[in-house]
Amino acid sequence: MDKPFAITLDPGSSLANRTGSWRTMRPVYVDRLPPCNNACPAGENIQQWLYHAEGGDYQAAWRQLVQDNPLPAIMGRVCYHPCETACNRAQLDEAVGINSVERFLGDEALKRHWKFDSPKQESGKRVLVVGAGPSGLSAAYHLRRVGHAVAIYEAGPLAGGMMRFGIPTYRLPRDVLDAEVRRILDMGVELQLDRKVANVLDDMRAGGFDAAFLAVGAHIAKRAYIPAGEAARMLDAVSVLRSMEGEDKPMLGRRVVVYGGGNTALDVARTAKRMGAEPIIVYRRTREKMPAHDFEVEEALAEGVLIKWLSTIRNVEDGGTMTVEKMKLDEKGFPQPTGEVETLEADSLVLALGQDVDLSLLDGVPGLKIKDGTVQVAPNMMTGHAGIFAGGDMVPSERTVTVAVGHGKKAARNIDAWLRGREGAAPEKHAAATYERLNTWYYSDAPKTVRPLLDLARRTSTFEEVQKGLTEFNAQFEARRCLSCGNCFECDNCYGVCPDNAVIKLGPGLRFQFNYDYCKGCGMCAAECPCGAIDMVPETT
Amino acid sequence: MDPRQPVKFYQTGTFTVGNRLLDTDERSVQANMERTNSLNSGHRACQGCGEALGARYALDAAMRATDNQLVAVNATGCLEVFSTPYPETSWQIPWLHSLFGNAAAVASGVAAALKVRGREHVRVIAQGGDGGTTDIGFGCLSGMFERNDDVLYICYDNEAYMNTGVQRSSATPLAARTATTPAVGPHPGAESGRGKNVPVIAMAHNIPYVATASVANLRDLEEKVARAILIRGARYVHIHVPCPLGWGSAPADTIRVARAAVESGLFPLYEAEHGEVTGRTPIRRRVPVDDYLKLQRRFAHLFSPKRDDARLGQIQAIADRNIVNYGLLDTEDARG
Repeated sequence: MDKPFAITLDPGSSLANRTGSWRTMRPVYVDRLPPCNNACPAGENIQQWLYHAEGGDYQAAWRQLVQDNPLPAIMGRVCYHPCETACNRAQLDEAVGINSVERFLGDEALKRHWKFDSPKQESGKRVLVVGAGPSGLSAAYHLRRVGHAVAIYEAGPLAGGMMRFGIPTYRLPRDVLDAEVRRILDMGVELQLDRKVANVLDDMRAGGFDAAFLAVGAHIAKRAYIPAGEAARMLDAVSVLRSMEGEDKPMLGRRVVVYGGGNTALDVARTAKRMGAEPIIVYRRTREKMPAHDFEVEEALAEGVLIKWLSTIRNVEDGGTMTVEKMKLDEKGFPQPTGEVETLEADSLVLALGQDVDLSLLDGVPGLKIKDGTVQVAPNMMTGHAGIFAGGDMVPSERTVTVAVGHGKKAARNIDAWLRGREGAAPEKHAAATYERLNTWYYSDAPKTVRPLLDLARRTSTFEEVQKGLTEFNAQFEARRCLSCGNCFECDNCYGVCPDNAVIKLGPGLRFQFNYDYCKGCGMCAAECPCGAIDMVPETT
Repeated sequence: MDPRQPVKFYQTGTFTVGNRLLDTDERSVQANMERTNSLNSGHRACQGCGEALGARYALDAAMRATDNQLVAVNATGCLEVFSTPYPETSWQIPWLHSLFGNAAAVASGVAAALKVRGREHVRVIAQGGDGGTTDIGFGCLSGMFERNDDVLYICYDNEAYMNTGVQRSSATPLAARTATTPAVGPHPGAESGRGKNVPVIAMAHNIPYVATASVANLRDLEEKVARAILIRGARYVHIHVPCPLGWGSAPADTIRVARAAVESGLFPLYEAEHGEVTGRTPIRRRVPVDDYLKLQRRFAHLFSPKRDDARLGQIQAIADRNIVNYGLLDTEDARG
């Protein structure tokens, strides 16, 4: 009654009307597992580090990244990026160039000398890591982060494992490798080089270790029986690539035949090309069936490597004349001989037929199971012998650097749990963030930024890095192509499109909250959420 | 190209309501935690009401542009009924309601009163649905235009009398089923060749500013309202607001439906000054009218029991004509 003239109602008094009671469906914010994260063998939270990179906070991005993987500059060069294969954006235009952003962050960290944090507390436990390859380095890093004392025993003269002795420098410059290894050692990880472990139990006892992680890799070249003359020059790919690291470069001659179809075969052929040779790859199946990654095949062909498909080597005579037999694929896709032969002149033959594991360090360790030349491990990466864990190329799995890094991380989590007498349960995975859940209308059109490649002339004559990095500008552009599948990126759409003001904006970084007193459950927020981070669930009462 | 999409690429550019990568002053009013919420929670509009959304979009933008110096006059209709059942009001701005047909006249009076009191910095909005604007209030509206009264009139067009039970209005589109244009007989739904295009009629009054807008394009809507509210003289903004109840569309689809209307060309977005079209918002990804019509049960008879190609062709022709007349395609992609 005390209102001014002509004023009959209090402003905003409709708040007494709780329209939330109309609701039959309730919106809830969810976090879903983006396909990139799901596909990453190292379990990186890719979307989260892209989120920081989008905003230009590269250090935060890098710190997020190295929570899972301590080798981003290496990853940005050698990873076969299954994340990009899985990326939802591929269905819209092209996958986000995750690998190139990762490289940018890794390089940025090296340039700005970002360091890992030292552990806050020492656990008093000691862990032995055997092998300083990607898996061993990753395990050492993750174990050190949670406070364990770690010593790496490495049989070779330098750290890096196959990253140094298998991957050519044109794909991974050694200063990058050295810097990322150094950063792990700077956390207080001990590294002993030229320290071959003859018997792991002896060394554990001698060093007072509470647990061990074995990651010795697979360095023994597989052989195939090829009748050959006395004077024929036959080498294996692993030794060729390894000797590239030393003073005495391998003597390959001018005409080099590489036998095999994996990434190693291509690495050897491309290495030979850079040394002035004329490499020919002989592979028994077709390009589609080749285990090597297609971009490597593409790059090798561009550099002038020749490939003979559907061919096997029958024998090698003195003087280097080879008999090569044509093959054809049967209905099951297996190569079958045709009897058709031709000859090939070569100065040397390099076998790239895969590698075996040197398991001698495990002699006499009770409880171990060895099958097909690899050590069998439980889902927690522990071998049949309590306290001894194994990973990388020496256990059954895909043999890539990223898988090895993932093994190291997973083993470290379980070693930590084992040392503390707990179960090392992996954090539960969210449901998948599928493409169908996205509302792609809201994303700007933006084509992928491609990394520049080194000039072909220089690629075939030098060991300079083939693929260059992105600049800050286009790395950020690329990061911003991320659709943030399944996880809120605070676009304010739900806050804006609610006809009932029933979405409360909590402020930067804090996301949103539904006001169920007024939400009528229309579902517009869920329909217009670009990234599918809202579910509509039936009300129970 | 499009002045309202100035940010070429920031993950979502300016397509989303907000964008954390943009400076705060480049974001929309609706992204702001301090927005007025002119039409507050607790109103009794249906789930997914396009009109409630459109009204908040428009009035919040006007409040920001005028530094909160704003009065709104409302015609009778859904917007008035669902926002102010006695003794409640959802309005958080000075707001008054008189009759169905006289909003434009009352607003003219408010503007005159403010002038007499020397308070011309307080700006006046008149608003109503398509019924109160294109039919019942049309005389008052035309008078307001003709006198060039200092009022911004906003029409929230949901293409029928929804409040009273979905009767046709002069804004009901061709072939739409309403309670008074049932989907029966040889020409089911609303008849062709009738109806009024009020934005064009407003332009014919040569008033300073006329614009169309849609709840599907927030940045465009906000910019037009913010611009219109600061111009002196008679102004008209016509906002397309889907009605889930009357159109038979899913409440969650309100923006989707509105977007399809724009992207098909059926609801062209443009602005005009003194009777001349001066700007248009291009179609981003063109869709056939089917994509718009199929989302709504009021057009279901065009697709079942069998496809009414003749009618659909007529409707597509309307869209095509709009696209040509207003020049709504200007990228290679959209021409596709």
